[in-house]
Amino acid sequence: MEKSTFQAKIGLAEMLKGGVIMDVMNVEQAKIAEEAGACAVMALERVPALIRRDGGVARASDPEMIRAIQAAVSIPVMAKVRIGHFIEARILEALEVDFIDESEVLTPADDEFHIDKHPFSVPFVCGCTNLGEALRRIGEGAALLRTKGEAGTGNVVEAVRHLRTLRTQIRRLTRLDKEELMTEAKHLGAPYDLVCYVAEHGKLPVPNFAAGGVATPADAALCMALGAETVFVGSGIFMAENPAKRAKAVVDAVTYWEDPKKLAEISTALGSAMSGIEMSSLSDADRLATRGW
Amino acid sequence: MRIGALALQGGWAAHLAAVRALGHTGVPVRTADELAACDGLILPGGESTTHLRLIERFALREALDAFMATDRPVLATCAGLILSAREVLGPSQPSFGWLDVTVTRNAWGRQVHSFEAVADGTDLALMFIRAPRITRVGPGVEITHTFEGEPVAVRQGRFFGMAFHPELTGDRRLHAAAFPV
Repeated sequence: MEKSTFQAKIGLAEMLKGGVIMDVMNVEQAKIAEEAGACAVMALERVPALIRRDGGVARASDPEMIRAIQAAVSIPVMAKVRIGHFIEARILEALEVDFIDESEVLTPADDEFHIDKHPFSVPFVCGCTNLGEALRRIGEGAALLRTKGEAGTGNVVEAVRHLRTLRTQIRRLTRLDKEELMTEAKHLGAPYDLVCYVAEHGKLPVPNFAAGGVATPADAALCMALGAETVFVGSGIFMAENPAKRAKAVVDAVTYWEDPKKLAEISTALGSAMSGIEMSSLSDADRLATRGW
Repeated sequence: MRIGALALQGGWAAHLAAVRALGHTGVPVRTADELAACDGLILPGGESTTHLRLIERFALREALDAFMATDRPVLATCAGLILSAREVLGPSQPSFGWLDVTVTRNAWGRQVHSFEAVADGTDLALMFIRAPRITRVGPGVEITHTFEGEPVAVRQGRFFGMAFHPELTGDRRLHAAAFPV
């Protein structure tokens, strides 16, 4: 028996495809998420919209709230650590969370380096805004990627930008001659062997989900149509008027994203979505997606 | 054969790749009409609670029961096995009872305990992801593979159930057994 192999880590990511991973801040929300059909929950003390509102340093959650959520639901429980904070990651590993998100939503602990994720028995998910960043994270041991979008804004425009960028860059690689790949790896700042993998297969070697700004079932379906294999929803559910209804609707939308008639039913009478932020009103310092190296 | 994979959530795409590689037609199934058109069905891994909610909300229970009653071949892995079991424990949850086994969810532990291994007395690669254990096997159910002496794959007529993920290891023998070419 060989535990926690890289293939077993990717295996869990495979099983999350087409399901919704929801940010939850307490046991009650975790139960609402599970009841709605979430395939996993992300336990954190403040959803991104609240982190934006409150300011200050955002850190990994108190183990007590993570344990309480693990005890309350049977679906996988994920939690976030600050970029580069491998001690927070070891703490989450000791708690046996099912996935660690090395996340730009929390305040980075290291402004140059990410965690070496290979030695951990827990799989990691990391954010990316483009192909080079995605392949660097996979090189460090991430078993799952998510495009970053702009968390806590309720505005899907950045998620769309990152998904499209990734798609275009992957497509481009598949058209290059073998001789061009090393220079392309240099330009992307990405490991050569992973560049070759993408050129040959036309996809990343691990699943890719979307995150950051998903507020409606239609937003989730749009991400699926742009190649995301499922979505993380942060503030979009529990900052909305009727979280239980909206949570179900987003779950239904990632399954039936290709069926506009079903999407019309799914999108009906959900109450108001979170209000959202227009990108031009965000200063560069408030943009979380630029965190990550 | 036209093999459908229940595509509500989870690892259905890798199963379709496996049956296509065997020469079958593989199609995702999300509606009763799509299901009825299939000669065989895969119930994939994923989150069993998610699958249950979607089957209920989109009223697929009846169509699934009707499909099972026709004795067409079925392959159920992990969450699919949980849905199919007569009884589910750890925690207890509703299931459809198509396969006469009792299954205990997440019985190997959380993700840090997920593992790869080889089935007893064979070279069949096993991939367990937060896997269930088969803790009771009914009289009409044959145990086809064990790991450390306990059942990990079973067969009841044309219904094949397994706690691991053959679709993730590239070994297509179980797909070939369930859906002969």
